[in-house]
Amino acid sequence: MPTPARYWREIPQRYRLEAAKCRRCGLILFPPRLICPECQSREFEGVKLAEEGKVITYTIIRVPPHQFEDQAPYAVGIVELDDGVKLMGQIVDCPFEELKTGLRVRIEFRKMMEEGEAGVIYYGYKFVPA
Amino acid sequence: MRDVAIIGVGMAKWGELWEKSLRQIFVETALNALDDAGVDRLDAMYVGSMSSGLFVGQEHLGSLLADYLGQKALPAARVESACASGGLALRLGFIDVASGMNDVVMVAGVEKMTDLNPNEATYALGTAADQEYEGYHGITFPGLYALIARAHMERYGTTRKQLAMVAVKNHENGALNPLAQFPFKISLEAVLNSPLVADPLRVLDCSPITDGAAAVILAPVELAKKLQKPVVKIIGSGHATDSIALAQRKDITWLESTYQAAKKALAMAGKKIEDVNLFEVHDCFTIAEICVIEALGLVEKGKGGQAVEAGLTRVDGRFPVNPSGGLKAKGHPVGATGVAQAVEIVKQLRGEAGPRQVKGARIGLTQNMGGTGGSSVVHVLAAE
Repeated sequence: MPTPARYWREIPQRYRLEAAKCRRCGLILFPPRLICPECQSREFEGVKLAEEGKVITYTIIRVPPHQFEDQAPYAVGIVELDDGVKLMGQIVDCPFEELKTGLRVRIEFRKMMEEGEAGVIYYGYKFVPA
Repeated sequence: MRDVAIIGVGMAKWGELWEKSLRQIFVETALNALDDAGVDRLDAMYVGSMSSGLFVGQEHLGSLLADYLGQKALPAARVESACASGGLALRLGFIDVASGMNDVVMVAGVEKMTDLNPNEATYALGTAADQEYEGYHGITFPGLYALIARAHMERYGTTRKQLAMVAVKNHENGALNPLAQFPFKISLEAVLNSPLVADPLRVLDCSPITDGAAAVILAPVELAKKLQKPVVKIIGSGHATDSIALAQRKDITWLESTYQAAKKALAMAGKKIEDVNLFEVHDCFTIAEICVIEALGLVEKGKGGQAVEAGLTRVDGRFPVNPSGGLKAKGHPVGATGVAQAVEIVKQLRGEAGPRQVKGARIGLTQNMGGTGGSSVVHVLAAE
């Protein structure tokens, strides 16, 4: 479980999908980095991720890590967004038998998990059929 | 650089060793290696362990284990690179001896995994993935390899049966290894009907949770030649990294770090992949072995599944892969795996592998991998 400080620090990506676009080679990095892994440039501009894309692979998690025990089984996939960025996330609101590669999905803001009986609720992005 | 030999190997029975602690598991195996080498003095030690902190709440392993091995003041370090911790420890020990800094160096790996319940162990293993951008979404290691498997199946036509045949082959080999956690055969039907863990991967596609250790003793070749045993040299060592987040790779079915590490190790050895007689590779999941044999260049990209079905990687095939039983049957005490691969190759090159001996083996290769290929370490070993 993340600490409050860690959770707060990750909000720009989890809530607002803030990414960085390399000013030299145009690569979009999510999460943002301080140096481009392709061209070593250190100049970036802030961009927001595309909110739609297609599933390139997926699985259904039936044996979860302990903090996801109450959610299993659930689907997780890698989605190639329309801006070319590949992103991992859960695919929800979609019966397992309708999952397939190529499926168009969009990003929605959802609850991820909760900590303890009166603890923090963690939010983030998940994919739903577009 | 000096030429480096492996002068001793140690391994004991792997499995769910509920009656034994991490330090006990380590010391028994380390003593085996010292006895095999016939030495009682070490100049340095490297111990691979992925996550003793999460598995048993114990860090500072180098000092703890040196003390319990009775080696006072020994310079000892714990090495971590997820599931490649053992392979990386071997590389650091190799560099240490090759450089001339130290003469007699122990390289060991150990993991005590069964003190956690399965979901806690799944979490601990999952920390080898990108915690902020993979772990946060509830992915697991079977899940990550399932993502690779589905992509490989859809792109290259790899079949569910071909995946299962990796597990069947490795259990056939492991049935002849008395130290294996699961020294018995399994049927194709058993794999195909075992419970789903992360579709399309099933329980019998996955390597198990294991307690165990492995150890080797390194020394300069001139010293090895004075001993009574056949000399086995490390003639090549390669190491490479890649992004640990699977989604950030250009091609999620391709293990670039393994390709790079193998290229470096073979170049150092002055060998081609066709020159190698046997392979111990990182089959943490059935799909992993298929991707690894492609990245090593045993087959073309995308042809790994067909090659397994055609018998290429059987002990009696052109490229025997995992004669020890691999991670699947032998077990996968994470930090020990990379060292155990070297133990098996040494036994094979000495001709001491018993019923699973690959006949006439002169050159062997180990490939040990962290995460989904975020790190890979490859070594080439040769009989003198």
